[in-house]
Amino acid sequence: MSRLLRGFDDRYPVISVWEEHLSKYYAPKNFNFWYFFGSLALVVLVLQVVTGIFLTMHYKPDTELAFDSVEHIMRDVSWGWLMRYLHSTGASLFFVVIYMHMFRALLYGSYREPRELLWIIGMVIYLTLMAEAFFGYLLPWGNMSFWGAQVIISLFGAIPFIGEGLSQWIRGDFVVSDATLNRFFAFHVILVPLMLIGLVFVHLVALHKTGSNNPDGIDIKKQKNEAGNPKDGIPFHPYYTVKDLFVVGVFMFIFFGITFIVPEFWGWFLERANFEPANALQTPPDIIPLWYLTPYYSILRAVTYPLFGVDAKLWGVISMGLAIFLLFLLPWLDRSPVKSIRYRGWMFKSALTVFTVSFVLLGYLGTKNPQAIDLFLFTNVRWAQICYFLYFAFFLLMPIYTRLDPVKPVPDRVTMK
Amino acid sequence: MMIRLVISALLMMLAGNVFAASGGDENLDSVHVNLRDTESLQKGAATFTNYCLSCHGIKYMRYNRMADDLGINEEVLRSNFLQPSQKPGDQMTVNMSEDDAKRWFGVVPPDLSLIARARSPDWIYTFLRSFRVEEKSVTGWNNDLYPDVGMPHVLYSIQQDTTREEYDKTVRDLTNFLVYVAEPAKLVRYNIGIWVLIFMGIFIICAYFLKKEYWKDVH
Repeated sequence: MSRLLRGFDDRYPVISVWEEHLSKYYAPKNFNFWYFFGSLALVVLVLQVVTGIFLTMHYKPDTELAFDSVEHIMRDVSWGWLMRYLHSTGASLFFVVIYMHMFRALLYGSYREPRELLWIIGMVIYLTLMAEAFFGYLLPWGNMSFWGAQVIISLFGAIPFIGEGLSQWIRGDFVVSDATLNRFFAFHVILVPLMLIGLVFVHLVALHKTGSNNPDGIDIKKQKNEAGNPKDGIPFHPYYTVKDLFVVGVFMFIFFGITFIVPEFWGWFLERANFEPANALQTPPDIIPLWYLTPYYSILRAVTYPLFGVDAKLWGVISMGLAIFLLFLLPWLDRSPVKSIRYRGWMFKSALTVFTVSFVLLGYLGTKNPQAIDLFLFTNVRWAQICYFLYFAFFLLMPIYTRLDPVKPVPDRVTMK
Repeated sequence: MMIRLVISALLMMLAGNVFAASGGDENLDSVHVNLRDTESLQKGAATFTNYCLSCHGIKYMRYNRMADDLGINEEVLRSNFLQPSQKPGDQMTVNMSEDDAKRWFGVVPPDLSLIARARSPDWIYTFLRSFRVEEKSVTGWNNDLYPDVGMPHVLYSIQQDTTREEYDKTVRDLTNFLVYVAEPAKLVRYNIGIWVLIFMGIFIICAYFLKKEYWKDVH
């Protein structure tokens, strides 16, 4: 066996890759709850690819057949309903996992030097994932699929001069039609997944170059033992592989719970309006994207005033783009001498709390009628405007409050809390 | 501090779910749906076939699938559900042409395969119990939940011949049946799901002790 392995290793670097990335890859020993989501994202990605392949075998990307073919999968294909629910549940849980993963970076300053590039690659993955979800959402050809795509694509129409042409180019037609469905299918099943897998690979390569951050935001490579290994590090395999095995178990318990018991998740994962076929003559009562895009949708709708001769819709689109773009700049906006929230002062802690609440609220408000009152005192759009300012204030004021923030001394070694 | 933050975020999401669940469903009477009640499903299937199927198809449903799922034997299926020209494997569609439907009702009656998922069980239950006489309208009927609906009160003969409780029961059986039709997999997915979760529970316990064993030398 070992001779076979050595012979193989002479021709392909199995042993060195295994050692470099698993058995001799040292990760900080103090990872907590927030550090599970990277592995979980990988698990969901694989699950989406596998269930997606089975769905592709029976799905028909044709406006006349698409809706029927989904119901065919749900009823006539053996275990088709399971593949479909795993895929739809996976889509939403992918975003849950990614949002938690990104929040971890905010908590412990994982985007800070030397991991700026790692963060940027991650942001590109996040954007790509949003595109993947958007393209996939059209495929069932339900009424919300149709009108959701119609609204989002028409946003490009707000761009001056080229807008109309651009949105026509995306649709391949004057309205969302068979041409649109066909190209979205191509993007969803091959182009974007290919990009995602490539980007995830690059993300991991970048991670293994710098090594993982940790809840104390300390560089574990500064304290090494005689063997040259970090004193506060443990080999990823077997310690974190076996820990992740447990975490994946808990995650899949929740995942299967939703898949088998509440796949619609009360309208948050599968919406009622999408159980009606696309109808160009009748919009759903409210056109709303799925929950993971609603924070940005809320920002878009929060802009209701024209300014400097530019109409409100274009400002909305610009704000939406800026809201995502500012995340890219985090490594340079944050001027704090410490990384982890554990050693930051009250300013950053308050700012992050306000930001988190406003982001969640924006998401909630994005699913509601702007003119209605679902919270208290103000209409939904007014609340969204308040959250809009808090969202942007978090980023734009960051260079100031992170510099003024009274920080605590950072220890030399990691702590096991 | 972080844990508290997470918990409050989760609570907010849950509160949101409550809103979503009740959103748009105000003023509806709630109906008790139970897919384990096979007798209710059979009665609902009979009512649907006799009163609804002449105008509303459930095209994603096949007669034999329904018979298998609801424990209806082939003899009963042939005598009570199928026209002489139909085969057990046929889809449950309407014979009326769309042009006729438009001439008679002004609109083509929608297919009801997914109505229980597109609206809600409560909506169906309330709708079928909200008809009242209105001389002026084309059909002689109107509906309080769905004003000026093109559909007449098809179940009128049942409502006339039964008590209020019996009529409610008939509508409930019909609603139950439509919930089944909207998602036949619902009959099996809970049962499978419980076993999957039990398996995952055992897996989690094993993985936990495995992790504990390996991590002894770290702590």
